[in-house]
Amino acid sequence: MQINNENEYKPLIVAFCCNWCSYAGADLAGNNRLAYPENVKIIKVPCSCRVNPMFILRAFQRGADGVILCGCHPGDCHYTSGNYFTRRRMTLLFSMLNFLGIEKERTRVEWVSAAEGAKFAATMNEFTEAVAKLGPNKRLEDLRCKK
Amino acid sequence: MQRIGVFVCWCGSNIAGTVDVEAVSNALKNEPGVVFSTNYQYMCSQAGQDLIINAVKEHNLTGIVVCSCSPRMHEATFRKTAQAAGLNPYMVEIANIREQCSWIHKDMALGTEKAIILGKAAVAKVNLNAPLTPGESPVTKRALVIGGGIAGIQTALDIADAGYEVDIVETKPTIGGKMAQLDKTFPTLDCAACILTPKMVDVAQNDKIRIFSYSEVCDIKGFVGNFDVEIKKKARYVKEDICTGCGLCTEKCPQKNVPNEFNLGMDNRRAIYIPFAQAVPKVATIDPNTCNMLKNGKCGVCAKVCTANAIDYTQKDEIIHEKYGAIVAATGFNPISMDKFDEYAYSQSKDVITSLEFERLTNAAGPSQGHLVRPSDGEHPHTIVFVQCVGSRCASCSEKGKEYCSKICCMYTAKHAMLTRDKYPDTEVYVFYIDVRTPGKSFDEFYRRAVEEYGVHYIKGMVGKVSPEGKKLIVQGSDLIADKQLKIEADLVVLAAAIEPDKSARPLATMLTASMDTNDFFTEAHPKLRPVESPTAGVFLSGTCQGPKDIPETVSQASAAAAKVIGLLSKDKLKGNPCIANANELMCNGCSSCEKVCPYGAITYVEKEFRMPDRTTMIRRVASVNEAVCQGCGACTVACPSGAMDLKGFTSEQIIAEVDAICK
Repeated sequence: MQINNENEYKPLIVAFCCNWCSYAGADLAGNNRLAYPENVKIIKVPCSCRVNPMFILRAFQRGADGVILCGCHPGDCHYTSGNYFTRRRMTLLFSMLNFLGIEKERTRVEWVSAAEGAKFAATMNEFTEAVAKLGPNKRLEDLRCKK
Repeated sequence: MQRIGVFVCWCGSNIAGTVDVEAVSNALKNEPGVVFSTNYQYMCSQAGQDLIINAVKEHNLTGIVVCSCSPRMHEATFRKTAQAAGLNPYMVEIANIREQCSWIHKDMALGTEKAIILGKAAVAKVNLNAPLTPGESPVTKRALVIGGGIAGIQTALDIADAGYEVDIVETKPTIGGKMAQLDKTFPTLDCAACILTPKMVDVAQNDKIRIFSYSEVCDIKGFVGNFDVEIKKKARYVKEDICTGCGLCTEKCPQKNVPNEFNLGMDNRRAIYIPFAQAVPKVATIDPNTCNMLKNGKCGVCAKVCTANAIDYTQKDEIIHEKYGAIVAATGFNPISMDKFDEYAYSQSKDVITSLEFERLTNAAGPSQGHLVRPSDGEHPHTIVFVQCVGSRCASCSEKGKEYCSKICCMYTAKHAMLTRDKYPDTEVYVFYIDVRTPGKSFDEFYRRAVEEYGVHYIKGMVGKVSPEGKKLIVQGSDLIADKQLKIEADLVVLAAAIEPDKSARPLATMLTASMDTNDFFTEAHPKLRPVESPTAGVFLSGTCQGPKDIPETVSQASAAAAKVIGLLSKDKLKGNPCIANANELMCNGCSSCEKVCPYGAITYVEKEFRMPDRTTMIRRVASVNEAVCQGCGACTVACPSGAMDLKGFTSEQIIAEVDAICK
């Protein structure tokens, strides 16, 4: 969570992007100067299936307010089937999030291709807005991790 | 502990304009492991790279963080720099503070803050980087070209010229593609067949090139340098090596009423046919859907007349397996279907045709032997209306047309209009256009000649409706410059249909794991700097499968793709990607979870002897990753229940360190 000068709440978003589609989509958004909130921070992974559900929980534990996972469209995975694993794993994780005490709207899987810069920016804007409505993530945040 | 150097790039004003680079380099100075931090105007320039090399030597650096543009842009550059400085190239990490920061955020304070956090994440990752060495794999020195149009032909000829074997796979019975259907080519008006057919013959005569016509690619496995491809050679019921192409069978076949695809259904062919006189290979093909012998066993005329005994009604589809080092996609385009454009009465009147049909009508080898006649009654048209941008630049009607400009229509319409006026000066020609786009060598001069010398009536505006009335077509449109509504009684209406990628491109992209854009054009590795390569290594793009193009552009791209293929095939060994999976044998319990999710079958199990603390030995089953086959997706790392599987370069520890740095 971040509070800026005007005390306006801005959620901290971690975005995992696959190297082949979504990271390139984010680059295209940059190339086309399509703005999205600066609180979105991207971590590059080779494929969305590299993202362990543990990474997502870790982000929540350390104070992220939302985590979004972006990969190639189903059928277009650079590694043929990686995003299918992602889809199944995340469905399972999301079904358990309420139990863990996290609103499941704080996480999302989106398919963004290398050509969809506009979709990337729009998705990030929309997701940030949705997370902002939920307010800061306090449930899982481990205050012992904070100095 | 690493000794890390941080190098913040200004990228001129691209980064420095919205990010305080000085503040970023100062803030990162205090990060754990960082011993040196600086900023410079252009880090990718020679001076910038020298700065990095000197810093590595001076401060004894073991890791490098460059805060600059996207790693897709310059990661390779900085890895080479690290190597030149004596470091392992994989000790470099890039913080993307241009595409992900300075270009999209306007606020200096917030942009700087984000850049610092991205830098911190990269530093946290480099702290855990380990030197990596890529494995090597051999290269199969043969190339596959998918598509036998002018793009595929040029690519194949150029690759064969360099001495490598090339196979062309073409779905049609002959190579030649769309160019073979054209009459004249703009802006020089040389005849398409006269410049294409010699090239087709060159392909046929080149002993390095094999043509698989009437064939398609069914499956592609493997990776750059080592593709395994399955090609289905469809049964043409004619022995290719025996048929002389004399054409007697195509004259005697009693099945006369099959629409001729080559002339876009404007005349008929027989059930056994040779698409056109200069076809390569010049071999007859039996259409199994219309041949009486194949459908109900009654006929056999072609077998009786064939003096070479080339007809074989029992021929079966043949599956061929081949190995290639590189694959070129040259699948080309098609005009879009006019079914959804009811306003132009395409389905109601035979005299509303597409530009490609017009092309066949004016072609000397076409259905009317080159005489411009109305398809409905064979009479000469006295008023022709050309409608441009039918389905192109159609932002509001994406379910009907395409958002992009098809690029070639303005020029070929100018050509059609000019040729019509040249041959038939009594014919009035109207062209409705939104804009006339003529960027290209001698293009605008050509268009102006059509207007000024040949008196073609160019009208800025769109056609709203075409309605057949008796023998005439009433064209209602608006003239935006004169600001009035027009009603033209036309004899022939020609629609410049938008072009779209061939339908075979999408399944091919899936087989190649090559990416596509929303319009099903293949995506290039970099829109400006790597326009003929797909992001998937070993896959190259040629012609209109990458975007709308005219013939000279297609040929340039085809030769460029060939140059890239030759560069690849000239190597004996390819360096692989070292970021691959790696099993910690001590933690692995041999459960097979990773093996089940691996899309490449790269994981096998070996029995290994382990020495236990009490000096006894124990044989355990542990996972082993085949380094040549693993592509580094990381699916196995998440599937592994004991955490034994990790991905080099993207270890769980590294990703968690990044997460922590971002969330701090």
